[in-house]
Amino acid sequence: MASDHPRANLKPLSLHVPEPKFRPGDTVDFGEVDVPPAGSVRRPDTADKAQDFADLAYTMVRVLDEDNRAVGPWDPKLSPDALRRMLRNMALVRAFDERMFRAQRQGKTSFYMKSLGEEAVSIGAAAALADDDMCFPSYRQQGILISRGCPLVDMMNQIYSNNGDKLQGKQLPIMYSERRFSFFSISGNLTTQYPQAVGWAMASASRGDTRIASTWCGEGSTAEGDFHSALTFATVYRAPVIFNVVNNQWAISSFSGFAGAEATTFAARAIGYGIAGLRVDGNDALAVYAAMSWAAERARTNQGPTLIEHFTYRAEGHSTSDDPTQYRSAGEPTAWPLGDPVTRLKDHLIALGEWDEERHVAQDKELAEMVRDAQKEAEKNGILGHGLHQPLDTLFDGVFEEMPWHLREQQQQMMSEEEASGRPWARK
Amino acid sequence: MSDVIETEAGAADTGTTRMNMIQAINSALDVMMARDPNVIVMGEDVGYFGGVFRATAGLQKKHGKTRVFDTPITECGIIGVAVGMGAYGLRPVPEIQFADYIYPALDQLVSEAARLRYRSAGEFIAPMTIRSPYGGGIFGGQTHSQSPEGIFTHVSGVKTVIPATPYDAKGLLIAAIEDNDPTIFFEPKRIYNGPFNGHWDRPAENWSKHPGGEVPEGYYKVPLGKANVVRAGEALTILCYGTMVHVCLKVVEEAGVDAEILDLRTLVPLDIEAIEESVKKTGRCMIVHEATRTSGFGAELSALVQERCFYHLEAPIERVTGFDTPYPHSLEWAYFPGPVRIGQALKKIMKD
Ligand SMILES: Cc1ncc(C[n+]2csc(CCOP(=O)(O)OP(=O)(O)O)c2C)c(N)n1
Ligand SMILES: [Mg+2]
Repeated sequence: MASDHPRANLKPLSLHVPEPKFRPGDTVDFGEVDVPPAGSVRRPDTADKAQDFADLAYTMVRVLDEDNRAVGPWDPKLSPDALRRMLRNMALVRAFDERMFRAQRQGKTSFYMKSLGEEAVSIGAAAALADDDMCFPSYRQQGILISRGCPLVDMMNQIYSNNGDKLQGKQLPIMYSERRFSFFSISGNLTTQYPQAVGWAMASASRGDTRIASTWCGEGSTAEGDFHSALTFATVYRAPVIFNVVNNQWAISSFSGFAGAEATTFAARAIGYGIAGLRVDGNDALAVYAAMSWAAERARTNQGPTLIEHFTYRAEGHSTSDDPTQYRSAGEPTAWPLGDPVTRLKDHLIALGEWDEERHVAQDKELAEMVRDAQKEAEKNGILGHGLHQPLDTLFDGVFEEMPWHLREQQQQMMSEEEASGRPWARK
Repeated sequence: MSDVIETEAGAADTGTTRMNMIQAINSALDVMMARDPNVIVMGEDVGYFGGVFRATAGLQKKHGKTRVFDTPITECGIIGVAVGMGAYGLRPVPEIQFADYIYPALDQLVSEAARLRYRSAGEFIAPMTIRSPYGGGIFGGQTHSQSPEGIFTHVSGVKTVIPATPYDAKGLLIAAIEDNDPTIFFEPKRIYNGPFNGHWDRPAENWSKHPGGEVPEGYYKVPLGKANVVRAGEALTILCYGTMVHVCLKVVEEAGVDAEILDLRTLVPLDIEAIEESVKKTGRCMIVHEATRTSGFGAELSALVQERCFYHLEAPIERVTGFDTPYPHSLEWAYFPGPVRIGQALKKIMKD
């Protein structure tokens, strides 16, 4: 631009591109992460108007304090049995993840995703919801299925795409569908479940049902248009739905700043829509439980939707296809200021005198054996290997309710190819 | 291949090197970013990390983070923003992480980018090149395997390009970036690392011995709209693109049929002259793509050949495609139009 341009005197604009605090090799100091003391956040009445507690979107509901006590107005005052159940379920998710991750590494399946460090988010939620409240999860809420008693073998069969897989090997591993556990079919396409959950909730309300819906997505996924469509519908119809944003700081290699976290919180997304927003310590199972129960009560009493940001940390890679050492400091997981959710609940139970290290070790061993036994059982149905486990013609099942002529023709063609190939696959 | 190289007069003659398709794409982006300050690269995970397939590795470091950056996870946003950048005068090269995730962007692409030139009488254009890995064969299940090219070829105002070798990938990508119209550049991810011939149960090959893996280091173009005769022959014409080029070559070799194989390289605009010339010569035409059959690009090809070469045809046109189902996870190889399916069609078309 020539200097006689009328704007020549103006300061040039510059483009801001977010950058995370730490990259590989950096020493990590999470001192800037604002962690209010446990028990310091008020608990509004579930009948209060969303705009009257908008400030809660900018703080953090926490129950477990530094001395492992449950404190403050959000303490759900759960029985020791209920606490032990949550602890056990979290430990079970962890054992399951560990085993299945290893199975992928051993070439037994194509893909796996762990939820290490985020177990409290789904276990706390499942404990607070009724078992028949409908869940529209993302791919990291295996804890809900485990809480609701889904047999581990069934989950593994799906992961192996074997002949015990009721999804007939059609879906990528961990993309479960479990209607019997009120768990919607998981999609690979991010955030599509959000408006679907609202639709389910609207349907439930319109029929005078008492069940509510709950949905989850990652903080990165809040950028998708579907997230915003969902919030608009939900506020318009006061849908009985709980929106969970699992802010685990990373979306594959992109830190939360690429979803807007440099400017505000994810809970604050609720405010513009007039929706109740809460931000909770996602590594505190009691805080998650308390927030979910509160949101569920709002939904059940026709106060409408709540958005909960679960502030947590993805302690490992995005999936088995990812190597986080390429883009973030290896020091992050251990430096995370909110600690480990399993350890925190365990320490709380020990502080209550309701648990001890020996029982914990014994439980871990028992769970590891349980998972190993389930794995042996599942592997009797086969592991992923070039389509040996599904009858070939199932490839065409479920495209439509009834098969039109063109699919029938293609199905016949496929069977003739199989004959011609000289290696007909076993039809088990 | 030398007939299609368009090296620029005065461009540094930098010699060639061995590249796989990822490296060739990376090199194309690098060359274009160095030549044209208006070229910017953006998409999910493309910045610091360099993309989930590493196609943009090192570019942010070299060209700066205001020219190579991560985006929020919103495909609609990515393409919408690219329209606006194009309106300003930039030449964005957005990446959609997998073709399977391009659907949220359809409105911005179909209603906006594709029609901007038309509806503004050329006042505004959308000179973007959307790169996206596509196709199956990697056990990616239904959301990492699709071949949606037919959706885009159906939209007026969008060009659709699909390379089959590292050499073509680089030359076509440079041509697409320089092109002033919105272009979808689908990268067949199954052949990122090597020319997959359809035999999934045999050892994988890499690009190190393939002539298409020899890639000039500097600037060159493979023009859009020009097919490549990858095998000359008399018995029939096979029209294909992407991964299927290599599968077809192998099938033909194994069957001992003297086929002429055209790698279309660009679906829109299509090299209709090359197609006509070949089909009129051989009298038979087989069309092969991995995408689903109904309303696939093969249907368009078949109609064109029928319209223009009918009196030269000695047998009905054959279409070999993926089945009309979502891409399955475990039965991937039953779905994939591999050597058996193509071989059967070859027998059939040669019978008459
Ligand atoms: C529509 C769509 N775009 C892109 C992707 C690729 N993708 C899969 S997971 C992911 C990151 C999601 O991050 P976040 O929402 O934070 O969830 P997290 O993995 O951290 O649980 C991306 C980009 C996808 N699956 N779907
Ligand atoms: Mg995340």
